[in-house]
Amino acid sequence: MTKPKVATTSLAGCFGCHMSVLDIDDRILKLIELVDFDKSPVDDIKEFTGRCLVGIVEGGCANEENVRVLQDFRKHCDILISLGDCAIMGGIPAMRNTISLQECLDEAYKNGPTVHNPSGKIPNDPEIPLLLDKVYPCHEVVKIDYHLPGCPPLADTIWQALVALLNDKPMDLPYELVKYD
Amino acid sequence: MKENLEKVIKEICGKHGNDRSKMMDIVSGVHSQLGHVPGEAMGLIAAECKAERIDVESVVSFYAFFSKEPKGRVVIRLCNDIVDQMYGVQRVAAAFKEELGIDFGQTTPDGKFSLEWAPCIGMCDQPPAAMIGDKIMTWLSSDSAREIVRTLKECGDPSKLKHTLGDGNNAHELVQSAVSNNLREKGAVVFAPMELGAGLAAALSVSPTDVIKKMISSRLRGRGGAGFPAGMKWEFTRNAAGDEKYILCNADEGEPGTFKDRVILTEAPNVLFEGMTIAGYAIGSKQGLLYLRGEYAYLRAFLENVLAERRKAGLLGKNIMGKGFDYDIRIQMGAGAYVCGEETALISSCEGLRGDPKNRPPFPAQKGYLGKPSCVNNVETYCAAARIMEKGDAWFAALGSQGSSGTKLLSISGDCKRPGVYELPFGVTLKDVLERVGAEECIAVQVGGPSGQLVSKADFGRKICYDDLATGGAIVVFGKGRDILEIAHNYMEFFCEESCGYCTPCRVGNELMKSRLERIMAGHGESSDLRYIEELGLTMKTMSRCGLGQTSANPVVTSLKNFRSEYEKRVIKREDGMQPSFDIHKALETSEGITGRKSVHFV
Ligand SMILES: Cc1cc2nc3c(=O)[nH]c(=O)nc-3n(C[C@H](O)[C@H](O)[C@H](O)COP(=O)(O)O)c2cc1C
Ligand code: SF4
Ligand code: FES
Repeated sequence: MTKPKVATTSLAGCFGCHMSVLDIDDRILKLIELVDFDKSPVDDIKEFTGRCLVGIVEGGCANEENVRVLQDFRKHCDILISLGDCAIMGGIPAMRNTISLQECLDEAYKNGPTVHNPSGKIPNDPEIPLLLDKVYPCHEVVKIDYHLPGCPPLADTIWQALVALLNDKPMDLPYELVKYD
Repeated sequence: MKENLEKVIKEICGKHGNDRSKMMDIVSGVHSQLGHVPGEAMGLIAAECKAERIDVESVVSFYAFFSKEPKGRVVIRLCNDIVDQMYGVQRVAAAFKEELGIDFGQTTPDGKFSLEWAPCIGMCDQPPAAMIGDKIMTWLSSDSAREIVRTLKECGDPSKLKHTLGDGNNAHELVQSAVSNNLREKGAVVFAPMELGAGLAAALSVSPTDVIKKMISSRLRGRGGAGFPAGMKWEFTRNAAGDEKYILCNADEGEPGTFKDRVILTEAPNVLFEGMTIAGYAIGSKQGLLYLRGEYAYLRAFLENVLAERRKAGLLGKNIMGKGFDYDIRIQMGAGAYVCGEETALISSCEGLRGDPKNRPPFPAQKGYLGKPSCVNNVETYCAAARIMEKGDAWFAALGSQGSSGTKLLSISGDCKRPGVYELPFGVTLKDVLERVGAEECIAVQVGGPSGQLVSKADFGRKICYDDLATGGAIVVFGKGRDILEIAHNYMEFFCEESCGYCTPCRVGNELMKSRLERIMAGHGESSDLRYIEELGLTMKTMSRCGLGQTSANPVVTSLKNFRSEYEKRVIKREDGMQPSFDIHKALETSEGITGRKSVHFV
């Protein structure tokens, strides 16, 4: 029997949620007995090789590439999980949502107190993905099946959730795993 | 200037005994003198009443009729509820805006006018309607709106506005109002003629406990909406520990589409006051309060006069009817907050606080106004009590249906020929009601106001009573061509505005419900949104702290239940998992403008 496949990605996130995935420590060995990794920074596979059971998304959508990747995940994954607060509600990157895009760029590349940019140019290489007007949480772009909150979510939370999904069992997240104060 | 302000505040606070529980009256007094309640005044009021400034500010900021910022000397409040929308309020609004040169929510630079939207002001049978100061103007058109502004620009005094006088006591010298009663059918209980003092005399001739026994055997249930057995409530309040007790009458009448208490207050105030006096006798209270919604301020002088006459006739005050019973009634004005109709919020308001509901238990019957046992009933409930004493419990119990004895006042408005108040026996079918009001081609009826249910033709055969179609009195008729989702949306806007904000399921739930509905209306909804609505509705119903949040999902939830096809035809079925509401091209527009290049991923 072939193992189910898992894909992961970090969009507008800080990789903290991926760190938390790695934080399951030696259980990672158990995990690769249970699943194969497809597209993921964990194994550096860049494009999907086939259908996946679970897609785990860190970070929200700040630019067009994030949107493209997220839509790709939706197309290839049966179950999509928003992992962590940035994926769920935009998080820190979404702090720019109350400020206009032009103002953000000016502050970042021209006016900010620590900026050294004698040319006064804002980077505009064709390789740079276009920014969206604001940062969107993942579920506003595609349908998301599960939200695992936390900044980042605890490794145990991620582990419990994954094991439950892979074994088709109800998710049993005790209070300690989903309380944040 | 400052000394002058101090003098004004000292005087107003002094008039109310520097009593912080009279904060509503104090703030209202200051507001009407200064046109607003500036921060400095709040500090002075707090000092006079030995309260904290925040106690004053929380009152000023909570009620729609109070303001911290300067307001125009005349505030125009135009009702924008669904019935007014149906009767062309937008044209009236445009005329006001143009004539005043300001938008809604603004004040003219000369400080003469403010223009505001208001939720239902209880004039749904004569829409579009507005409050011009305390003055009510009805059946507005763009012409009459212009006329109003022109007159006011000249004289600045709403009482000088020209209009025909309404019928009955609307023409009374102390009312002088344009409001019509539209009292279409009088029944045996509330609007039958009653000899002054007849009910009270009958009550005083038996013991207080016998009065309560009669109330119980009459099977009278509360008319304000919830339908709690009135006799039982009286008994609880009577038996509660404490010798100081209060009788509160709920005349807040804020549920959009309800205006029957307005007509009782205008035409049968003696029946009401008689009922409240009887309650005082039965329960063992010396003081009654009539909580009158701010929108009905135009009736205040008239009602005060009725009270004064009752005192003169020995029906209020000391030693009533020579039976050694002392009791009086005072009027407490509200200031534009729907939630204050909720009985515990009403008590908060009477106590001079923000209109926040309180936790239950303790119930008002145990610990109500000022912590004392209190009985809160609707206007119509007290009227029925007076009649029960006069004509007997058996007589009353024989009216209406088994589970719902007596008659019910229905306030009917919307798409019908004869909007107005109908007093009909309980058990009448909705179909019968619709025929009486001349509602042809009716597609939907909102029974019980927004917190009730929107019913379809399939339910027109059902009966108006507590066990079937329950209503506090509001019935709004919607004819052919009306958009069900639009109706639900208008009501959700109302609840978003009126939630007191204390608890999350209501404060946030209403907003989520409204925005999900908007998504569907914009054509971006999916079938899964319908399930979301049902689930959110259930959360709001089970998790909210008071009746407002427990019922505020109803406009959407009940219209979804009864008009599912209206929703289904507006949602998209998508299998690809993309959110139809997300528009990548729109999201990239700004960026493409700034960078001068086009997206490579999305062309
Ligand atoms: C948000 C809200 C608003 C209410 N508004 C009114 C009102 O305007 N008038 C009224 O009599 N009851 C209103 N009620 C019901 C009261 O809480 C209370 O049940 C009623 O006044 C009791 O009197 P009754 O038993 O005679 O009906 C409201 C309830 C809620 C939850
Ligand atoms: S349900 Fe709404 S109105 Fe009632 S307490 Fe909660 S927030 Fe306030
Ligand atoms: S007065 Fe406008 S809806 Fe009631």
